[in-house]
Amino acid sequence: MKRAVEKKGVNIALIVALVALPIIALFASLTLGRYEISLGSAFSILTSRILPIEPTWTEIEETVVFQIRLPRVLMAMLAGAGLSIAGASFQGLFQNPLVSPGILGVSAGAGFGAALGILIGGPAAIIQLFAFAFGITAVVGAYMISRTRMGSSLLMLVLAGMIIGAFFTALISLVKYVADPEEQLPTIVFWLMGSMAGASYKDLLWGAPPIFIGSSILLLLRWRINVLSLSEEEAQSLGINVQWLRWIVIIASTMITAAVVSLCGIVGWIGLVIPHVGRMLVGPNHKVLLPACVSIGASYLLLVDNVARAATAAEIPISILTALIGAPFFVYLLRRTGGKWA
Amino acid sequence: MIIEVKNAEFGYDGRGSVFEDVGFSVGEGEILSILGPNGCGKTTLLKCINALLKLRKGEVLIEGKRVNSLRKSDVGKKIGYVPQSHGSTFPYSVLEIVLMGRAPHLGLFSSPSAKDVEIAKEAIEMLGISHLMNRPYSQTSGGEAQLVLIARALAAEPIALLLDEPTSHLDLKNQMVILSFLEKLGENEGIAIIMTTHFPDHALSISHKALLLSNKGNGMVGNTGDVITEDNLRDIFGLDVRIISVKDGENSIKTVVPLRKGSFDRKQKLKGGIYNS
Repeated sequence: MKRAVEKKGVNIALIVALVALPIIALFASLTLGRYEISLGSAFSILTSRILPIEPTWTEIEETVVFQIRLPRVLMAMLAGAGLSIAGASFQGLFQNPLVSPGILGVSAGAGFGAALGILIGGPAAIIQLFAFAFGITAVVGAYMISRTRMGSSLLMLVLAGMIIGAFFTALISLVKYVADPEEQLPTIVFWLMGSMAGASYKDLLWGAPPIFIGSSILLLLRWRINVLSLSEEEAQSLGINVQWLRWIVIIASTMITAAVVSLCGIVGWIGLVIPHVGRMLVGPNHKVLLPACVSIGASYLLLVDNVARAATAAEIPISILTALIGAPFFVYLLRRTGGKWA
Repeated sequence: MIIEVKNAEFGYDGRGSVFEDVGFSVGEGEILSILGPNGCGKTTLLKCINALLKLRKGEVLIEGKRVNSLRKSDVGKKIGYVPQSHGSTFPYSVLEIVLMGRAPHLGLFSSPSAKDVEIAKEAIEMLGISHLMNRPYSQTSGGEAQLVLIARALAAEPIALLLDEPTSHLDLKNQMVILSFLEKLGENEGIAIIMTTHFPDHALSISHKALLLSNKGNGMVGNTGDVITEDNLRDIFGLDVRIISVKDGENSIKTVVPLRKGSFDRKQKLKGGIYNS
């Protein structure tokens, strides 16, 4: 793996693997669950929407694949890809591999929005809307705090993000404290731990666009993020409008993270660790790293969500599993490469 | 003239000026060295030239146009900047680092094309570091790193190069490698070069012009031989020096020898105030 970092570009086998991985994961995931569906039927059911295939499957199978499993699988992949790409971009922007997409307070803000929505007894749409709106508000707040006449420095931005994060975390606690302990409190707690359960096309319809748009912007800017990851002065001397470019990256990442949190709660670990896995495989160049993160992030969160829904009779909150499954895997990679990629 | 600086004055907000009334010009293929004691504003002046910092008074002209009226990407295209030190969080390869020099030529959403890679590789070749191409930049030595940063600046195909103490932190051989390269760059490519240095010898060896900045904030500029004299160096640095010539075959090399005697005498502080361009 270390050789891949040093070798010119990325080798073909790795590219093929990274393209194939999420596709294989998608079909495999459709077969998983209490109702048994073979890989062949899952494949035929999906392709029957594009190609005229005579149905050899039951109506129940079609409903399970299309109405229950597919939206959830798509949501997991979308969230995993989005968080990974936002994390990798933030790590580049902040010139720090320890940064996660929540560094500017978006997760805390969105978490508070959702908790507030649950507290006032709003329907799912209100909870999602509140989550998204407060997530954006938190980051705009952090940006305003950090802004000075000379533009905003990274240190100021991180500090402001921590302050905003702490503020909204306290507000979440406040909401929990006043919430009805029988009904609302458990709902809030489970919501904050994240879950893909109950994913529907309606959720995707409004949640996917911000993730798509944000990811597309970051993917288009991916080479520029290399330059942005140099010191501010160097980037400027290379003709980059640093303040402006930073702001675009922050807006795009925030859109993604806020949308993910509003769709499926706070999913930790992915945005911090998947970029590292990506760097181990393809090196630090964001031009290659960001697409790699899409593949790895989508596949990884899908894998974790499969465990969450199919491993036990009850649903396991996703945040517990992302780290529980990811930590040993990460330790393995870390020991193997000696941490040389970052 | 490629670069003209007129009546330049700079100061940080709410504080006195770092330097004032500094003026000079550098033409095609010319090399100007900026010398002066620590804290006199050498690096600051350099950063004002490519608009990383804004002058309080005066102006910087690039090919006759005010630098502040140019777009950032245009400044990046015309002026290559080689910072003193560079730390990268991520272990980019040397080629990836040099390729970033193409940034001013590329649109917001574009990545380097095959042609950009070609230009970056040419710059790497020019510096004689092709063997380092795929090595992580973080694993290069001080001398190699300096060459990489010069290659990055040249990848932008600039008309002028600003170098911040390019020979500091380098061993004797590597100092000469950099100086010879800069001299050739001026002669062959016609690039205007401005560099700051702590070594009067280096200014004497390759630069056509020299600017002496004093701690008082004003400067003295002229042909290198006229500016770097025993008297001027004593006044600027508060230290007695001798300038002697060493024969190397046909050539004679001028070198500055500092005399340590009395260098710790606090009374010999700068008198200043008499240098003006």
